[in-house]
Amino acid sequence: MLEIGLAHYLTVAAILFTLGLFGIFLNRKNVIIILMSIELMLLAVNINLVAFSTHLGDLMGQIFAMFILTVAAAEAAIGLAILVVYYRNRGSIAVEDINVMKG
Amino acid sequence: MIIQALAFYLFAFVAVAAGVLVIASRNPVHSVLFLILAFFNSAGLFVLMGAEFLAMILVIVYVGAVAVLFLFVVMMLDINFVELRSGFAQYLPVGALVGLILLAELLVVGSGWVVIPQAESVAAAPIPPIDQVTNTEAIGRLIYTKYVYLFQAAGLVLLVAMVGAIVLTLRSRAGVRKQRIGDQVARRPDDAIEVVKVTTGSGI
Repeated sequence: MLEIGLAHYLTVAAILFTLGLFGIFLNRKNVIIILMSIELMLLAVNINLVAFSTHLGDLMGQIFAMFILTVAAAEAAIGLAILVVYYRNRGSIAVEDINVMKG
Repeated sequence: MIIQALAFYLFAFVAVAAGVLVIASRNPVHSVLFLILAFFNSAGLFVLMGAEFLAMILVIVYVGAVAVLFLFVVMMLDINFVELRSGFAQYLPVGALVGLILLAELLVVGSGWVVIPQAESVAAAPIPPIDQVTNTEAIGRLIYTKYVYLFQAAGLVLLVAMVGAIVLTLRSRAGVRKQRIGDQVARRPDDAIEVVKVTTGSGI
C-alpha cells in the first residue's frame, strides 16, 4: 500500500481514461466538454507512457508522451477553431445539428 | 517512502476528483478550471515518477496554452448551456455501462501483466543515472540526435495546426474601415494639396 509502484500509476491512468470516455457519453450535446474529455483521455495515456518509461528504465516513453502532447495541443487548437467557425455560421454548438455533411 | 506515498495519494485523488468534476459540473467555465486542476496534479504525478521535463511541459503547454484556449472559447461563445445539458440522465446508463466495462477490461489487462526480466536490457534508450545526467538533458540528448526527424515532424504538425486554425477562423468582413499603411506612405503632396489661385474679392 505504501510502496508506490507501476500498478498505482496505471490504476490512476485507467480511472482517468474511463472518466474521459464517460464524459463523452454524458455530455453528448456539448462539444466543448467532449473536447475536454478527449484531453483527459490523452492525459491518461501520457501517465501510462511515463509510468512504463520510468518503470522499465527506457526514455522512449517520455519522448512518445511529448509527441502525444504536441498532437493534443494541435488537436485542441483545430477543434476549437472549427467550433468557433461553426458557431459563427449556425449560432449554436449542439452536436445533433452537425449532420449537414451527411450524405 | 511515506512522504512519497502520501504525495502520490494526494495527487492521484485530486486528479481523479477533478476529472469527475470536469465531466459533471454544470458550468463549462468550472469544467475548464477543474481540467486545469487535473493537469496540475498529473504534473505532480510526473514529478513523482521522475519525469520533471514532461511535468514542466504539461504545466506550460496544457495549463498555459490549451486550457486557456478552452477558457477563451467557452467565454467567447454565447451559448445556453442549460439547454445543452438536457438528456444528461438519458445518456447516463449507457455511458456508465460502457465506462465500467472499459475499466474492468483495463484492470484485467493490468493485473494479468508482468514485466519480463530482460526488459531493462532491451530498452531502446536506457535512462542514464540521475546523478550524472538530468532528465531534461537526457531527453534533449535523445531528441536532438536520434529522433531529430521526429522532433522536426512534431514541429511541422504544430505549424500545420497553427496555419489551419488561422485559415479557419480568419474572415474578411465588408464595411470595415482599416488603416492601409501602404496607401498612406505612397501619398504625395500633389494628391493631398491643391493650390488654388484666388482672385481678390471673389472667393473660391
